[in-house]
This record gives sequence, structure tokens and C-alpha cells, in this order.
Amino acid sequence: MPEPPIEVLLIEDNPNDVEMTLYAFEQYRLSNRVHVVRDGAEALDYIFGAGAYAGRNVEDVPRVILLDLKLPKVDGIEVLRRLKADPRTWAIPVVVMTSSREERDVVETYKLGANSYIVKPLDFVKFTEAVRQVGLYWLLLNQPGAG
Amino acid sequence: MPDRDVELLLVEDNPQDVELTLTALKEHHLANRVHVVRDGAEALEFAFCTGAYAQRRPDPRPKLILLDLKLPKVSGLQVLERLKSDPRTRTIPVVVLTSSREEPDITTCYNLGVNSYIVKPVDFEQLIGAARQLGFYWLLLNQPPER
Repeated sequence: MPEPPIEVLLIEDNPNDVEMTLYAFEQYRLSNRVHVVRDGAEALDYIFGAGAYAGRNVEDVPRVILLDLKLPKVDGIEVLRRLKADPRTWAIPVVVMTSSREERDVVETYKLGANSYIVKPLDFVKFTEAVRQVGLYWLLLNQPGAG
Repeated sequence: MPDRDVELLLVEDNPQDVELTLTALKEHHLANRVHVVRDGAEALEFAFCTGAYAQRRPDPRPKLILLDLKLPKVSGLQVLERLKSDPRTRTIPVVVLTSSREEPDITTCYNLGVNSYIVKPVDFEQLIGAARQLGFYWLLLNQPPER
């Protein structure tokens, strides 16, 4: 039985943030097709069908990627750069969700073509509300690119 | 000429759609930072501080450009192409809000680096709802690039 397509790729290493994000997606019935990867190397393997994900169809793209910047192995900026450089993946909306409010990070991610930048709220309620708004916007309102 | 910093540049020639969008934004008290231009040529003059907008200071840049595709004088796609290819404007979030559901338009916009693509609902209440949601997302939730 083929698995249903993934709607959301969550690239996040902090287990608390993963848990809160998945909670929000479930609580608000935004999607039950969320795939989690916990470092930049695994993210690239998943996206480009390599390593543990060899054979995965690259054309099978999520509707949105939620990307933390601070990741082990390969950082978020590099993942973003690879995503936006490849015609097979550059149309996937990438929402950077990070604790960083540094001007440099913000400007650099936009220059690399990130679609949106959300500073993660520290408060649980505000965090889940932000995830809810992100989910509603990118899964229900935004029209995805072809592919 | 706006006497306050413009947060949202609305590029739309249909007066009814302008009205509905502003109505939606008023709910979040965002409408007084909106500047409306009604064709693609004027949009570019505003963005690049030329022609009728030669006296406008480029900074702070708008948090969002809401762009219809079907515009007089210069098309929405041409405006998008100019905005996303110039380093002075390419990091400004651009959301295409258009009646077009055509694959070529969607694909072209994503290839040009559009941040988001929204198909205008035909129903006017749904259009107000969409404008409200995107106003909240891009003007309140999203972290804009350096201004």
C-alpha cells in the first residue's frame, strides 16, 4: 500500500519544538501528513532521495517546508540554498521558523529565496497559534507551484 | 502620496477588489498603511522611486507587495520579474493575488521567486476572508527583511 503524500516537511532538531509543532497540526486538524527530519543532512537526503531515502521520488514534493536554521550536520541556510537552487524543489514554499531574530539571518534567508520567516514565540500558546496560522496559510490559502 | 510609511503596496486595477481588500485590512487596523497603485507602470515607479514617485524615499521598504497579474500598462508578471531581479527590491515579500488559476502563470511566478500565490475567491465574502488572513500573516506574523 503506497503511503499518502507528505504535505509538510518539518526540519527541526529540538524535540520540544517538534512536539509542539506536531501538537498544533493535530489539534487544529491542519494535516496528518507531516514528516519530521532532525538534521540538515537527513533533510537533504529526504528531499533529494538519497541515503536512507534513496529511491524516494523527488517530484513528490510537500506543500510546505518548515525549516529551522540551527541544525546539526548541515545548517538550515545550506539546506535552503540547495532547495532554492534546484528547479525540482525551488517552488516549494519554505517557511523558516527559528528562534533567531538576528538581522543577518533574516536578510540572508530572504536573499536565498525563503518564502517567509517566522520568529518562534517562546510561549507555548503563542507558538502553537503561530504554527496554526502558518498551517492555515500555506496548506489552505496558498496555491502551490506545479509538481 | 502617503505621508506615513507604506507597509503594504497594493497593485490592483479593479476598484471593487481594492475596496474589499481595504475593508478586510481595516479589521486589523492595517488599512492606513496601504498604498494603492492601479497599473504595473505605477507599481514600478513606486518601487524604484521614479516618475511620479521620484521624491519618495525607498526606506523603509514595504512589508508586503500584493500584486494582481492582470494589470494595465505593465503586466503583473513583468512587475514581479523586475522586483525579484533587482537587489534593492528582491527581498520584499510579494504575494500574487489573482483570478488566474492557470498553471503557466503559477509556475512562472514561482520560478521568478514569488513568495506566495493566491487565487482570488470569486465569492466576495471569501475574498474578504482571504485578504484578512493574508494581511494578518504578512503584516503581523511574518518577520520582514531588514528595512
